[in-house]
This record gives sequence, C-alpha cells and structure tokens, in this order.
Amino acid sequence: MNNPKRNTILFSFLFLGLIILFFVNISLGSITIPFKEVYTSLTGGQSSKSTWEYIIINYRLPKAITAVLVGMGLSISGLLMQTLFRNPLAGPYVLGLSSGASLGVAFVILGASVVPSFLSGVLLSPYGIVLASTLGSTSVLLLVLLVSQRLRDTMAILIVGLMFGSFTSAVVGVLTYFSSAEQLQKFTFWSMGNLGNLSWTSILILTICVLLGLFLSLLSIKPLNALLLGENYAKSMGLNFNKARLIIILATSILAGSITAYAGPIAFVGLAVPHIAKLVFQTSNHTVLFWSTLLFGAGIMLICDVVSQMPGMEITLPINAITSILGAPIVIWLLIRKRNFK
Amino acid sequence: MSNNILITQNLSIGYTSKKETVTIAENLNLNLQAGKLIALIGANGIGKSTLLRTITGIQKPLLGTVLLNDKKISSYEPLELAQNLSMVLTEKLPPSNLTVFELAALGRQPYTNWIGTLSDADIQIVQEAIELTQIGHLSQKKYYEISDGQLQKVLIARALTQDTPLIILDEPTTHLDLLHKVSLLKLLKKLSHETGKCILFSTHDIDMAIQLCDEMIIMTPEMVVQDEPCNLISKGIFDTIFKDESLFFDKEKGKFTFKNL
Repeated sequence: MNNPKRNTILFSFLFLGLIILFFVNISLGSITIPFKEVYTSLTGGQSSKSTWEYIIINYRLPKAITAVLVGMGLSISGLLMQTLFRNPLAGPYVLGLSSGASLGVAFVILGASVVPSFLSGVLLSPYGIVLASTLGSTSVLLLVLLVSQRLRDTMAILIVGLMFGSFTSAVVGVLTYFSSAEQLQKFTFWSMGNLGNLSWTSILILTICVLLGLFLSLLSIKPLNALLLGENYAKSMGLNFNKARLIIILATSILAGSITAYAGPIAFVGLAVPHIAKLVFQTSNHTVLFWSTLLFGAGIMLICDVVSQMPGMEITLPINAITSILGAPIVIWLLIRKRNFK
Repeated sequence: MSNNILITQNLSIGYTSKKETVTIAENLNLNLQAGKLIALIGANGIGKSTLLRTITGIQKPLLGTVLLNDKKISSYEPLELAQNLSMVLTEKLPPSNLTVFELAALGRQPYTNWIGTLSDADIQIVQEAIELTQIGHLSQKKYYEISDGQLQKVLIARALTQDTPLIILDEPTTHLDLLHKVSLLKLLKKLSHETGKCILFSTHDIDMAIQLCDEMIIMTPEMVVQDEPCNLISKGIFDTIFKDESLFFDKEKGKFTFKNL
C-alpha cells in the first residue's frame, strides 16, 4: 500500500504550487503585472491601472484557464491510453490522435471553400471545428485499437501511430495545395498551438468537454486498475471489458479532440505528464494517479505557457514548440530507462 | 452430493470454424469437489487449455453443460462469476508499479465499490491471503522485484482474496525449479485442505502431482479420466499419455523412465 501521509503532503504541495503558478502565469508576459494587482483584479477589486485590469480579464485570465484545461485533459488522456494499450509510450500525440484531429480541422478550414456558403458557416463555427476534431481523433483511435488487437507487440502500435501521423500530414499537404492563402494562414496558426485568443464562449464549451472527459475517466479508475494485470485477468475479476474500453476510448477522444480543436495539436504533454506523476508518487494506483496527473498537467502547462510568452519581451513563441523542446528529451530519457519498466 | 462445486454433464469441447467442427474430447463427466486439489495432465496440444477455457466459461462447449454451484456457467453475470471462480494465468503481467500488496488486493475488485475503495474487512482478507501464502515479508515490494516463484505465490494470494470456492491455475509450476515446484504444490494442497476450496491446476510435473494431489484428470487422445492417483496407476492410464516407445511408466516408483538407454 501507498504511504498515505506522504501522498497527502505531496498533494498539498502540488495544489499550493498550482495556485501560485496560476498567479505567476497571469502576472508574467510582455508586460509584468505585480502580484498584488493580479490579486485585486481577480477578486473583483479596482486595479490601479485600467489597462492592467483589461489585460488580465480579457487576455491573461482566459489564457491561464485554457492552459489549465488543456494540461489536465491531455495528461489524463495520456494516462488512460498508457494503461489501455499497456504501453508506457502511448499518448494522444504519439498515437496519432492529434494528427487525426488535425485532419478533421484541416478538412473544415481548408475545405470550407468547396462546400456551399451556408454550410461553410456551420462548419467554421466553434462547434463545427470541435466536432470535426473529435471525429478525427476518435477515428484514429479506433483504427489504432483495431490494429492493436491484431498486433500484440506494443512497439508496433507506436509505429502504426507514427504512420497515421505521416499519412494525415500528407493529406493535409494535399489539401493546402488547393486552398487560399488566407485559409492556409488560419490553419498554420492553428497547427502551431495557441492557448490565447479563446473567447469566453469557446472556453465554456472547452470546459464542458474537458469536464465530461474527466468524469468518464473518473468512472474508469477501477477498470484501469484491473487492467494493470492485463485484459484476461481483468475479465476474470468481473470486468465488463468491452464496456470499460468503450468508456475509456470515449473519454480519450473527447479530451484530445476538443482540446486539439481549440488549442491546436500540442505535443508530448499527454505522454510525459503521467510519467512524472508515476515517478513522483511511485504508484500505479489510478485513484492516486488520476489526481496527481491532473495537478501536474495543469501546472506544467502553465509553466510552458509562461516560457512561451517570453516574459519581458515583445515576442511570443508557439506553445507547441515549447512543449516539444521540454517533452522530447523526457521521452528519450524514458526510452533509455525503459529497462526499469520491465 | 452437496460437495460438488463444478460438474460437467456430457460435455464436448472443441471449436468451430467456418466449415468444420473440431471435437477435442466428448462425453466428459467431470466432478470438482470442495477441499480437493486436482491436477489436469496431458501431453502438449492435447486440449488442456481448451478444457480450462470451456469450464471457466470463456469458450462455449460444443455440447453438454458446465454447472458451477448448480447453475449453468453461461448464465452467470461477469461479476457473479468472478465471485465464484478465480484464475491464475500463465501470461506475463504488463509493466506497472504495483506492489505485492496492491496486486493481491486487486482480487477484491468484484466486491468493492465503483472506485475500488478497500474497506477494513477487505484489507483484513488481503492480509489473511498474504499470510496463508507466506509472502508477508514481500508485501511492500514492487511485483517486478521478486522472483518467479514468489510472484506465483502473489498471484495465488490474489486469487485467494477473490474469495471463490473454485480456483483454477494454468500451469503454475512452469519456469520454477524443483524446490519451488514442490513448495508451490504443497502450498496448494494446504490451501485446498484448510480453506475447503477446490483447486484445479494443469501441469506437466506428473510424478509430483501423483504424490501430492487428491485427484487427477488425465487427457489422452482416446479419453479423459478423472480418479485418484493410485487408482490411475493400477489402471495403467499413465502409459497411454505419451505415444512413445522409449518412455514408460514405472508403477513401482510412480514415475516415468526411459527404455533402451
């Protein structure tokens, strides 16, 4: 059994750290706003400069909330996939879910000119993009699942995910050939990942999707623990495997699909964060892993966002570049350490 | 008799493909009773796995029925079945950070709530299973840190916490050295006699099974026989297991010997 005392202390620190990071994230950017001012603005008080208040409420707060949602959702979807596929290297990006979502969004953004204008209006609405993205990621996940039932080799599943990635980027490439400069620019911006620029309506939709995905994941905690012993043992312990798998897939697709729709394909967070949680808490119990992955995911995404804003400077780096720069070395390190996964 | 836990009635096992039906064995009338340790013996490829898969409800019988506690095994809900039948499989566990205690405690899943919280009573049951299998000193270790023989005991402890009248083990003694084979089989014998459970296991260690088991089920291409080991010896069943001239069963010593060496 796990040391409950140690876990309580760790969780308290994580939670506290997350709150501090949230404030730091809002305070830092091209203009640094003092902590005190951030606090007064957020608690409904009057900030000493109205521009600061404007920046906080209309730009930085929505961005920080998006970062928290994205970090939580992607990390949890990674955790679910790693257990379902019995593969420590699974994640929404590696298995091609993000590519699938990209393909869906590419069809909508780049293909909108082909369909009649009233239809393109529907397609380009926030709901249209979310739907296309979720459909894209779900279909890739189903394909990966289909392949994984034929191939027991876990490494093969990763290669299949990689192939899906190449395939979808090729199709996107073909689509870009037929699209206008404006559409292309829109898609390129989307594909670099962006946590800002979300309206409060979009944030509301994203929140609902993420909460739904997290709720389904919460229901999957017990089945996931059973699956730690493999499919056959799980079945022998009374698990309705098909139903459990369906819920896990649904949760993963909703999380990865909706987040990719709004924030673009963000790499490595889904893969790396569950491992950080597993390393720190030294457990495989999903009751503990669920909450720790949630907190770590939100915190790490807030840090990545701060880095991408380049505090004190005029430039902003794409978030996808930051997560890749931080995440890729973690993955390489995991592979080298893989002996310990046995 | 109320001692019967699992019985098969005129059971035919095998599998059906698109064109043909392959029957592996027919008219099986087996009877697994409480408090008995029973070995399932047969040459490779004879259909031991098919038999185990059929009586555990994973595979459908071609004909006949399997009754677990007087109820057809096919009519059990997954959860109810898990409360009556637990298994120890041969497959390798996927990588994880599970400790020995946590692994054994997973056996409580058919009884715990939606999120799998262990009650004090559950923890008590897990502790008892760990003591019975003598792995108390390992309980905080990760399962990949212990030896194969120890892991096999942990998996048996997990089956015990599932608290079922019947435990089925698929080749639990494979990969173990002689000493660990003996201690594992002795443990199974102790468990079946002390807890009143019926324990069925498949194995290739025939001479050991003869010495330790209450009953044996022998599968040969012609027939499937269930009886006590001494009766099976006097009937000369063991000579029919392997179709090879150079191998014969020595009734005096109770084991197989080579001819013409």
